Amino acid sequence: MVAEAKMTATEDRLATLTVPAGGGWLGRAREDALARLKAVGMPGRRDEYWRYTDPTALVAPSPAISTPTSDGDPWEGIDTITVTIDAAGITLPDTLPDGLEISTLAQAGEADIHWARDLYGVLEAAGSRPVARPLAMLNTAFAADGLVIRATGPVAKPVHIRTTGTGDPLHHHVVRVESGAEVTILKSGTAGARANTVTEIDVADGGICHHFRIQGPDHGRHVNTHLFARMGASSLLKSFTLSANGELTRNEAVIELLGDEGAAHIACAAFGKGDFHHDDTVWVTHDAEDCESRQVFKKVLRDGATGVFQGKILVKDGAQKTDGYQISQSLLLDDDSVFLAKPELEIYADDVACSHGSTTGAIDETALFYLRSRGVPQKDATDLLVLSFLAEALEEIGDDALREHVSDRLADWLRHH
Amino acid sequence: MLEIKNLHVKLEDEDKQILKGVDLTVEAGKVHAIMGPNGSGKSTLSYVMSGRDGYEVTDGAATLEGEDILEMEPEERAAAGLFLAFQYPVEIPGVGNMTFLRTAVNAQRKARGEAEISAGDFLKVIREKAKMLKIDADMLKRPVNVGFSGGEKKRNEILQMAMLEPKMCILDETDSGLDVDAMKLVSEGVNALRDAGRAFLVITHYQRLLDHIKPDVVHIMAGGRIVKTGGPELALEVERNGYGDLLGEVA
Repeated sequence: MVAEAKMTATEDRLATLTVPAGGGWLGRAREDALARLKAVGMPGRRDEYWRYTDPTALVAPSPAISTPTSDGDPWEGIDTITVTIDAAGITLPDTLPDGLEISTLAQAGEADIHWARDLYGVLEAAGSRPVARPLAMLNTAFAADGLVIRATGPVAKPVHIRTTGTGDPLHHHVVRVESGAEVTILKSGTAGARANTVTEIDVADGGICHHFRIQGPDHGRHVNTHLFARMGASSLLKSFTLSANGELTRNEAVIELLGDEGAAHIACAAFGKGDFHHDDTVWVTHDAEDCESRQVFKKVLRDGATGVFQGKILVKDGAQKTDGYQISQSLLLDDDSVFLAKPELEIYADDVACSHGSTTGAIDETALFYLRSRGVPQKDATDLLVLSFLAEALEEIGDDALREHVSDRLADWLRHH
Repeated sequence: MLEIKNLHVKLEDEDKQILKGVDLTVEAGKVHAIMGPNGSGKSTLSYVMSGRDGYEVTDGAATLEGEDILEMEPEERAAAGLFLAFQYPVEIPGVGNMTFLRTAVNAQRKARGEAEISAGDFLKVIREKAKMLKIDADMLKRPVNVGFSGGEKKRNEILQMAMLEPKMCILDETDSGLDVDAMKLVSEGVNALRDAGRAFLVITHYQRLLDHIKPDVVHIMAGGRIVKTGGPELALEVERNGYGDLLGEVA
């Protein structure tokens, strides 16, 4: 039974949206998602899952940001296969390297691509149990644009999904990494004043997927994203997000390790000041033996900024030899900022190693003095210590060139903020 | 070079006087050593000179080449030519040793109105200086002091000193935690920097270090004051008889 206020909010939001045209399997997936959404309603302040982040701006019929900002391309300088999604629609590259297939969601909807049909909204629906993720359901029901990506072998260059715009877009991407394939997905851009993006990634046995995302550094945006991943045996997912500024960001990651010896690493380095609210909500399920998961979440907060971390490791009965690690840390650069952390472990197997920790601290004065005594001015010394603090999250980017690129970007942004 | 007059220092948060009238002049080209028992104020003197928080100067003055340093920020003192080799060098995860050093060198150059050093030139210079201190490419790449042994940390301090080329070098118990071989390496690094335009203040408990870094002047510090000044023979006397006799004599 959905409370009345919630029902009203849901109806108000739905009144602004139209299910995209075209039937077929995609139409059915959309109808299914809409039915699921109507059953649970949009998130509200009273929902336990939204206790630390007010969803009002994400749920409202229209975006609250009047002057969205547009970012430059933070991956500039990296050789990528770039797909742009903007007000004009999707622009696919003319040629693709071996082992890579990309089509638009609309194209995929018209064709009977069985693997896309078996994924679209499917991982989202699975990830909505036991906790409902209505914003993702909304996305599945109404997203008109998105990419359907399949890697069938090692892909030589990263795929860069660049989204720009000023509106209120819903994007939904589906990625399938076949057995033995490896692909790197890069993302960038403020998709709009308010953006709702869902990415479903299915990594088959032995497949490898890297998912690196840069959000920011411009401030005028309300963002909520969902990453759903289903991991096969001996598969690997490494996801890293750099999140700089932004009035409201909620990044949810829902990972299911379903095959033995799979591994999933999820990390985020976030920094912001003032009117900045950044929420990482993560749920990792171990449902196979010998799997490894890592959650590394770091936030640097100043001038009254708020950081939220809700992270869970669920180890199901029989998921023996699980190796789970979770760390969430904040560096508060003043007394006004707040970090709210809710680490959770739920373990039903008896032979597992799970560790978790959460810390909140200030700049290390001794380290600051050490740097200043070498001639580094206070502001630059603080920036270096911020980089030092965030480094563990950046380590999840295995590729040296990409990691250094992100680190340089971050250093550059810190210098100018 | 460094002139300290009647320096009185107390802890900022406590009513505890640490330095009670230190007078000390270190001339350019000279090596001065300060020895003294635990708690005599040696390390405090080094921290106050380099501008660490937590201390309050209640009286006296300190100048570097005639410039009042007590009013300067730590980074300004560094740019003015002051360097402190830490007793306990700090670990900074995630920041490469080389990145840190280049940032420091260029920050000082910028503060002095000089042009930044190019990446290529910097690499050439640092490789040469690191070689002398037996610091390999891996140590240069690793995060600052992370996973370094005690000896490696101290060698890294001397490498920083060699790269920053300060005028006034203060070494705070650089010999602590060093084995004989490491002490030789560190001393050679320091000796290579001895120069008519550069002065050293070497703080140590033991005469051992002074066998390698030969001082021109030795001071004995006790109870927050310099109580005795002499030549290198004073250090030998401490080694033979301990501080007890000396301090008794002064009292």
